[in-house]
Amino acid sequence: MFGAGGGTSSYKEVEDADVIVLWGSNARNAHPIFFHHVLAAVHRGARLFVVDPRRTETAQWADLWLGPDVGSDIALANTMARHILHLGLQHRAFIERATAGFDTFAASVEEWTLERGEAVTGVPGWAIAELAEAYARADRAQLCWTLGITEHHNATDNVLALINLALLCGHVGRYGSGLNPLRGQNNVQGGGDMGAIPNRLPGFQDLRDPEVLARVGALWGASLRPEPGLHLTAMFEAMGDGRLGALYVVGENPAQSEADSTHALERLAALDHLVVQDIMLTRTAQLADVVLPATAAWCEAEGTVTNSERRVQRVRKAVEPPTGARDDVAILCELAAALGRPLFSGVPSAAAVWEELRTVSPIHAGMSYERLEELGGIQWPCFDEHSLEPSFLHGRLWALEEAERGPRAPFSVVLDEPPVEALDDEFPLRLTTGRRLDSYNTGVQSGAFASPLRRAETIDVGPQDASRLGLREGEVVRVRSRRGAIEAPVRIDAGLRAGLVFMTPHFPDDIDVNVLTIEATDPRSGTAEFKAAAVRIEKLAAAATG
Amino acid sequence: MTTQPVEVARRTVALTVDGQLHHAAEGGTLLDVCRAAGVDTPTLCYGDTLTPRNACRVCVVELEGTRTLVPACSRKVEEGQVVHTDSERVRHSRKLVLELLGSSVDLSVTDGVAAWNERYGADPARFGPAAAPAAAGERDAAVTGEHHLPDPAVAATVAQPPKEDNPLYVRDYGKCILCYKCVDACGEQWQNTFAITAAGRGFSVRIATEFDVSLPDSACVYGGTCLAVCPTGALLPTAEFDLRRTGAWAPERQHATTTVCPYCGVGCNLTLHVQDNEIFKVSSPSDHSVTHGNLCIKGRFGYVHVQPPKRRGPDGPDR
Repeated sequence: MFGAGGGTSSYKEVEDADVIVLWGSNARNAHPIFFHHVLAAVHRGARLFVVDPRRTETAQWADLWLGPDVGSDIALANTMARHILHLGLQHRAFIERATAGFDTFAASVEEWTLERGEAVTGVPGWAIAELAEAYARADRAQLCWTLGITEHHNATDNVLALINLALLCGHVGRYGSGLNPLRGQNNVQGGGDMGAIPNRLPGFQDLRDPEVLARVGALWGASLRPEPGLHLTAMFEAMGDGRLGALYVVGENPAQSEADSTHALERLAALDHLVVQDIMLTRTAQLADVVLPATAAWCEAEGTVTNSERRVQRVRKAVEPPTGARDDVAILCELAAALGRPLFSGVPSAAAVWEELRTVSPIHAGMSYERLEELGGIQWPCFDEHSLEPSFLHGRLWALEEAERGPRAPFSVVLDEPPVEALDDEFPLRLTTGRRLDSYNTGVQSGAFASPLRRAETIDVGPQDASRLGLREGEVVRVRSRRGAIEAPVRIDAGLRAGLVFMTPHFPDDIDVNVLTIEATDPRSGTAEFKAAAVRIEKLAAAATG
Repeated sequence: MTTQPVEVARRTVALTVDGQLHHAAEGGTLLDVCRAAGVDTPTLCYGDTLTPRNACRVCVVELEGTRTLVPACSRKVEEGQVVHTDSERVRHSRKLVLELLGSSVDLSVTDGVAAWNERYGADPARFGPAAAPAAAGERDAAVTGEHHLPDPAVAATVAQPPKEDNPLYVRDYGKCILCYKCVDACGEQWQNTFAITAAGRGFSVRIATEFDVSLPDSACVYGGTCLAVCPTGALLPTAEFDLRRTGAWAPERQHATTTVCPYCGVGCNLTLHVQDNEIFKVSSPSDHSVTHGNLCIKGRFGYVHVQPPKRRGPDGPDR
C-alpha cells in the first residue's frame, strides 16, 4: 500500500494496540502464534473485534463479532466510514495533510446509512456503529486481514476499502496503528519482495520505473523490458486459449490448489511441456514431463524468508536431503547456464544470491547474514548496515514539513459488489473455504504427521440448515455447484448461520473442494474467489448412506 | 515527525551478593544478578517466559533483614540489599529440597540435578527405598480428603506408567515435580487453551486434563507449549521419548539448528533437534520476538514430511 507491499506494523505493536480488528481472518487457527500477540493485547485490556461470516474460534475471543454475509465487506467498510464522518470522528489534520481524494470518497459513502449497511451486510446497525466508533476513537488501532478479504473477485477493492478506514482515522504510519495482511505462506511476503510477481523487480521495485529499470539492468548487465509478465490466474487463462504452451512450476501444486480444479487439470494436461520442481511427487508433478526433485527449502538448504511483519529471517540446513534432491538455487543456476546465460561465475549459493540482492534492492541493503543472525531477523526497509528503521511503515505521512511527507496517500472510491455467483433457488447455499488448525493448503506437507485433531474432510453446515434439510452429523451428502459435484460427510457447526456452508482444501485426494469453487478472478491481484461459490446439498438415496 | 515508543531509562540499584558489590537494573530479580555475576543458582520451576510460581524453592537465597529465605527467581532487586547465596541456611535448604524432590520424583533426565546433589551433599535415598510405583490410573483416581497412613519403611513416590494416549507427545508424570509451568503456559500466560490444571490435594496433586480424560478427548490443541517449558522431561515429544526408551539416545550424535517454519506466514523460528539426520524434537528460541518460545501443532510436529521414509527420490522411496 502506498507503494510498499507489506504490512505496516510489527507484531509487538499489535500487543500494544488499544483496538484490534481481525477482518476475514481466523487467526486463532490459521495464524496461531500471531494470535498469541493479539491475546497479549486482549489481556492488557485491548478491545478485539472480529469480522467474519463464520463465528470462528477467533470470533469467540472477540469483544464483538460482526458476521457479514460473504462478500459484503465493502458495504460494511463504507457504512463504517459514513458513520465515522457523521459523528465527526475522522482525523481531520491527517486527512488534510497526508491524504488525497477525501471529498470524493466522503461523497461516495454518503449513501451508506446504518440502515442500508445492515440490509446489505446482515450485520445489525448498532454493531457496525460500535466497531466504527471504537476504531475511530482508539489511540492505537490495528486492522488485520487474511484471505477472507483477498480471496474474492474484487480482492483489491476490499483491501482499498480497509485502507480508506485507516486513512480516515489516521491509523497508519504511527507506532501501534497499522494495516496488516497476515500472510498465508511462510515466504509469500519474501517471494513478492524478491520480485516473483509480474510487475516488480527485487526489492518490490516497480518494473515500469525507467530509473529502476536502468539501474538494475546495469547491475545485471542486461537490458530489461518494462512489460509485466502474467500472474498465476492469467497464466491459466493463457494456457486455456493456447498462448502459453510450457509451464515451469516451482513448489506449487496448482493441479489441486486452483479454483475450479476440473478446468485447471484440463489446462495443465493440454500443455506442450510441464516442468515441476518440488520436494514431493505432488499431483501436479505427476502430470509433468520433467520433475526436478528439490531440497526442502526450510530445513535442507540455506537462505532467507520474510514474514508478515516484513522480518527477513535466515533458514538453515538442519538435515541432509534425500539422494538426488538438489538445492533450488543450484537447479536454477544450472538451468540458466544450460540456456547460455550463467547467473554466477563462481559456485552458486544462497549467500551469493543474497549478496547480489543487497546490491539491487535498497530496502535489503543493510541486511548482512551476520546482522540477520545477531538481531533475530530484520524488518525491511533496512537501508544500510549501521541503522534500523522504525518498526512501522509510512511514518513520513505524519511529518510536519510538507516536503518530508512525500506523496499523499489516496482514498479510493470503492463500490459494493456481491460475489460473482449469486445465490438462487437452484444453488441456494453460500460455500466458503478456509483452513483448519492442524492442516495446510493441499496437505502436501501437513498430511504426513499424525494429528490427533485431524478429521477427514466434511461439509460443515449450521444447525438451522441441518434441521431444515434433515441432515444428520456424519451423513454423506452430495454437494453440487455449477462446475461439479462431490460427496462429503456432514458436520454440524454452530458457528455457521443459515445459508452458509464451509469446507477446506486440505484433503484433495479424498474430497476435492476445488471441483466446486469458482474461477472468478480479481484482474488486479489475480486471486480467485475461493470464498464464495453457490452450491446446493443433495441427500443421497437411503441405501447409499446406510 | 515520526512517533516512536519511548524507552524509559531504567535506574540501577546497588546491592551486595556474597560480599561483592553489584549494580543491577531496576525491575530485575536476584536471579538475574546471580546469573550476571556468574553465581550458579539452581532453578527448576523458573522459566524465562513465565511469571515466577515460587513452587520448587530450590533457588532460595538468604536476604539480610528477612525472616525466611527468599526465592531468587522472583525477588526483585532493591537498593542496599545484602544477599548470601552459599550460606549454611541456603545450602541446608537447597539440600533438603533436592532430597525431597529426588526421593519422590524421577529426576534422572533433569539437567543439573546430579551436580547440585553433589554440591549440596543431597542424598535422596536417605528416606528409605522407594515405594512400589502406582498402577496406571491409580494416582488419577485418588480421592480428595481420603488419607492413608504412610508406610514409614519406604519413601512415597509419584512413580507411575507414562501416559501414551496420542501420537505426538508422552506425559511421564513419574517425572513431574508440580512446578506448574505447563499449566501456566497452556493457560493465560501464553496458549490460552486451559487444557490442563492441577487436580487433587496434598501428595495426590497431579497435573490433569478435565476429568482426567485422555488428551485426544481434552481441549488440548498440541501446540506443545507445555513441552517447551517442562524442566524434568515429564513431557516429551514421542520421538524423543522413544529414542530414550529404546536406548538409542546419543547426545554426541545430535545437533540443533534454528530455521523458519514452512507453514503460514507468521515466521516462527524452529530449532530442529536432530540425531542421525532424523528430527526428534522441535523447539523455538524463548527470546525471539515472534514466538517467545511458543509454536502451534504444525510448527512443533509438522516436520514429518521431510523425515524418512516419506520423501521420494528420483528412484522411488529413499533414505
